[in-house]
Amino acid sequence: MDVVLLSRLQFALTIMFHYLFPPLTIGMGVVLVYLEGMYLRTRVPAYEAAARFWTKIFALNFAVGVATGIVMEFEFGTNWAVYSRFVGDVFGSALAAEGIFAFFLESGFLAVLVFGWDRVGPRMHFFSTLMVSLGSIFSSIWIVVANSWQQTPAGSHIVAVERGGAALLRAEITDFWALVFNPSTVQRLVHVWIGAFIVGAFFIMSISAWYLLRNRHVDFARRSFAGALLLGTVASLAALVSGHSQSRNVYRHQPAKLAAFEAHFTTGRGDLSVFGIPDEAAQTIRANVAIPGGLSFLLHDDFSTPVLGLDRVRPEDRPPVLLPFLSYRTMVGLGVAFAALTLLASFLHWRGRLFGTRWLLWVFVFAVAGAMVANQAGWVAAEVGRQPWVVQPPILRGGDGEPLLDADGYLRYATETVRLPDGSTREVIAGLRTADAVSEVVTAGQVLGSILLFGFIYLLLGALWIVVLNHKIHAGPEPPPAERGEDLAGAAGALIGHRRSMTETPEAST
Amino acid sequence: MTLEMIWFVLMTALLTGYAILDGFDLGVGMLHPLARDEGERRLFVNAIGPLWDGNEVWLVTFGGALFAMFPEAYATIFSGFYVAFVLLLFALIFRAVSLEFRGKIASARWRRAWDWGFFGSSLLATTLFGVAVGNGVLGVPLDTRGVYAGGFVDLMGPYQLLTGGLTLTLFALHGGLFLHLKTEGAVQERLGGVLWHVWGVFLVLYLLTTIFTLLTVPSASANFRHYPWAGAVVVVNVLAIAYVPRGLFLRRYGRAFLASTVTIACMVFLFAMAVFPNVVPARNDPALSWTIYNAASSPKTLRIGLLIAGIGMPFVLAYTGIVYWTFRGKVRLDPSSY
Repeated sequence: MDVVLLSRLQFALTIMFHYLFPPLTIGMGVVLVYLEGMYLRTRVPAYEAAARFWTKIFALNFAVGVATGIVMEFEFGTNWAVYSRFVGDVFGSALAAEGIFAFFLESGFLAVLVFGWDRVGPRMHFFSTLMVSLGSIFSSIWIVVANSWQQTPAGSHIVAVERGGAALLRAEITDFWALVFNPSTVQRLVHVWIGAFIVGAFFIMSISAWYLLRNRHVDFARRSFAGALLLGTVASLAALVSGHSQSRNVYRHQPAKLAAFEAHFTTGRGDLSVFGIPDEAAQTIRANVAIPGGLSFLLHDDFSTPVLGLDRVRPEDRPPVLLPFLSYRTMVGLGVAFAALTLLASFLHWRGRLFGTRWLLWVFVFAVAGAMVANQAGWVAAEVGRQPWVVQPPILRGGDGEPLLDADGYLRYATETVRLPDGSTREVIAGLRTADAVSEVVTAGQVLGSILLFGFIYLLLGALWIVVLNHKIHAGPEPPPAERGEDLAGAAGALIGHRRSMTETPEAST
Repeated sequence: MTLEMIWFVLMTALLTGYAILDGFDLGVGMLHPLARDEGERRLFVNAIGPLWDGNEVWLVTFGGALFAMFPEAYATIFSGFYVAFVLLLFALIFRAVSLEFRGKIASARWRRAWDWGFFGSSLLATTLFGVAVGNGVLGVPLDTRGVYAGGFVDLMGPYQLLTGGLTLTLFALHGGLFLHLKTEGAVQERLGGVLWHVWGVFLVLYLLTTIFTLLTVPSASANFRHYPWAGAVVVVNVLAIAYVPRGLFLRRYGRAFLASTVTIACMVFLFAMAVFPNVVPARNDPALSWTIYNAASSPKTLRIGLLIAGIGMPFVLAYTGIVYWTFRGKVRLDPSSY
């Protein structure tokens, strides 16, 4: 196997494993802020007990997220040295900003959040929770800015630098704010946040639903579930709106990517495939069940407006279709399902019947896996759909806003004129191909070795995470502090009826 | 002072912050087998419990800043030292996991396994940092395009192993002094005894490294001709090293810890002096080196970075201050401890 494929596989493995945790942290952070805020306002001890319990699980997720995140930062340099040389001027600033603005904030206040319960007052503790939550949101900003610049570069130009007699190309910043607010940043960032809120909400609903089904920690579980359901419903509905608007933005700036999402091979009316398997060799979708003109309608509000297909992209610039098509459909399908599920649950909650609807609670126990899959699938679609570019050059548009085509009828990508060290000029493409981006000196054997090592550690880490999580869930939340020490005799008396945990009602445990 | 020089100074400052802060928690990891029972082991782990994660962020930020400000150096070092970096990542992940998972399940075997993971990963990470310093001083083989032209074995010569050992003992000393401040009673007494030995071994390695460097690596001391004032740092370094046993003898452990802190700061400074104005010196031909000028990002990016650092660093110092203040004093185990 070649180094490019292996390096891509390793990147996919490490980023996908890493990305199980940041959305959880971002989403759970919001719920923690809510629970602690409610405790500060109402002083109901159950809120504090809930916050303490979720903090332990939050800390576990956070630690695994940090440990696997360092791998990402190093991997740009170890496996993608040419890419690092090309993007360092642009991408590095965002990464450094992430370190200084987000990571220090998160890690500093995380210490107070996790270890400070008995050392600082409730206000300071709430403030720390707020800061950790903000920090995790900040960190998503900078990494999404950097990734969005790779999708839709702006605020930068290409220059040639001399080294050992040869000219090396690299992108340099021309306008920092244009780079930060490149055409896809805001849309993608909002979508990433929504995805994270869904994961966090479904994670908490999953564990709470399990407690409710087991009739354990009922008061705690109801409070947690209700809070998370609110977040989950709002986020699931927002995901549909954001997703729709984002797909239009992708079509505008990366038509090849959208064509891959939809397996839209030939320019013309866009049908929306509901089910099917794309056949790239035959340029068709097999077993296709499609809504005629559905894609045209989604993109243009009209059932017959032509949609650019992959036939307008040079064969060497076409992304693979199967993986983006399937992963995009997985994400959209799950997104629609979340909206339906959370709306139904909210309706039942309003009617006061939610916690008695056992089958729905069972669905929520497992739905968190779907939320994880949807987040992963969205990223797979976004990153594989960008291929064969690691930094995709912008497409050129004419004065009328329509894409410009070259003499062969293909979409035109932006080029730039760079001045070489010897004084001559050269026309270069304003992007970088993935195949050209790997490290010069790293061998296939080395990458294979590191894939095996990371695979082994992550397998172990994943297994341990599940073991410990399971252990924590079984142990359940601790009793609120008020019940713990103030009245020893009362607590001792209460213990007789509370064999498993003091937040359970005596009736529940018998 | 050019923008590139300012960034070289800032990178040195980040590295100094990292070495001082993560230095003591790596040291605690290496001294962890000294703890005799579960109570002591928990004490050791919780001495750094709330702090180690924030300390490691200094390394993450150093890596990010290197990527942003000297991308050519970042690309050459990280891709050239592939195996070493994969090992380092392995150690850092294992360390984080050991700390985080050890206390989560009350089983003696589970905890002992993570104790060894914590010790081994601290040892491996520190050794790799020390070896990296040795390679920085010696330089590494580069080709005409500035790409690493050696193998893993080229990174592991006797000099690099010596600097690896020096870093091990320095961090163990620093971590031991930190633990001494954080503990009480019998375990503190025992640490006091061990620290004498650690200091002794460190002194021997320090002298060996100094002699070896002066005799065989002329480039390492060349900068002192241009910047004679830097000689003052050498004097401060020697005084700080000499104060450690005095502090131990007089039982002024806070000051001894301050002395080991100063020692680390001085040694990072001397390392930077040995490298400057290179970022990646070429051992085979100095002309091939990546310097702060040919490895740097554009002046615009360097200025933006400076602005980001200027806005962010006061906050960073404030958070660090808040956390260290909150968790000051002896280790107290409570329900939220590891």
